[in-house]
Amino acid sequence: MSNPARAESLEQLERLVAALMTKGVVSEAELAAQQASTDRASPEIGARMVARAWLDPAWRAMMLKNGTEAVEALGVSMAGAPPLGVLEDTARRHHVIVCTLCSCYPRAVLGYPPHWYKSFSYRSRVVREPRMVMAEWGSPVPDDIELRVVDSTADYRWMVLPMRPAGTEGWSEDQLAALITRDVLVGVALPKLPA
Amino acid sequence: MTPRFSAGTRVLVKNDWPEERGPCHIRTPHYLRGRSGQVERVLGAFRNPEDLAFARPAETRVLYHVLFDQPGIFPTDGHTPDKLLVEVFEHWLEAA
Repeated sequence: MSNPARAESLEQLERLVAALMTKGVVSEAELAAQQASTDRASPEIGARMVARAWLDPAWRAMMLKNGTEAVEALGVSMAGAPPLGVLEDTARRHHVIVCTLCSCYPRAVLGYPPHWYKSFSYRSRVVREPRMVMAEWGSPVPDDIELRVVDSTADYRWMVLPMRPAGTEGWSEDQLAALITRDVLVGVALPKLPA
Repeated sequence: MTPRFSAGTRVLVKNDWPEERGPCHIRTPHYLRGRSGQVERVLGAFRNPEDLAFARPAETRVLYHVLFDQPGIFPTDGHTPDKLLVEVFEHWLEAA
């Protein structure tokens, strides 16, 4: 199946936006504000949240209880965004996030989703053979770890709070945040120290 | 809105296939229908997406995080302790 021409898609989008505005569903200002907040969002927000959780037990508890509140405490507006849930990895448990139905993704804390997250192969494989997917991507999961595949099917968006790697004792929040990539926050990778 | 189930309750996902009866919008993945799991947590209450998708008046329904044994559903990885954790609306669940 070929993709429709870009010009055609843009025209369709313009007609949709015009119809929504005529019906009073959305205003130009609201659209611009939403676009700006999506453009501003990046994995740096999620990384900051995790680094702080590794250093501050009170912050960690707050973030696990209510991810949305934690994001807002960083000064990022969650107005209109779905609630954010944070899933805590332990020495015995690791989480990996997918949306098998479509492409639900915690945009507020990770920005735009990467192409592979929306791909049919990731969405169908990670629920069926999560260990094989993790191993192929360079993060094999030991047998005694419980791997939890989190399928985002409804109203929440999820991110992973990974384990703090050994060898980072005494590191600053900035140093720790630099270890936490988008893939770590989705759970398809584990934080690694620079070689 | 009072949740019918609480954390730890065993539940069964209805073995229902509305897509065979006509156009619909459902958030319960096919691989869970007829499967049993355990409520991990109550997530809150949200308007029913099955109606919202068709611009129909939508009631608020309780949403749960439900935990399923992954190898029982997809027996590819053998005896691993893996789990699937999925958001499921209350009207799709029965007491197991």
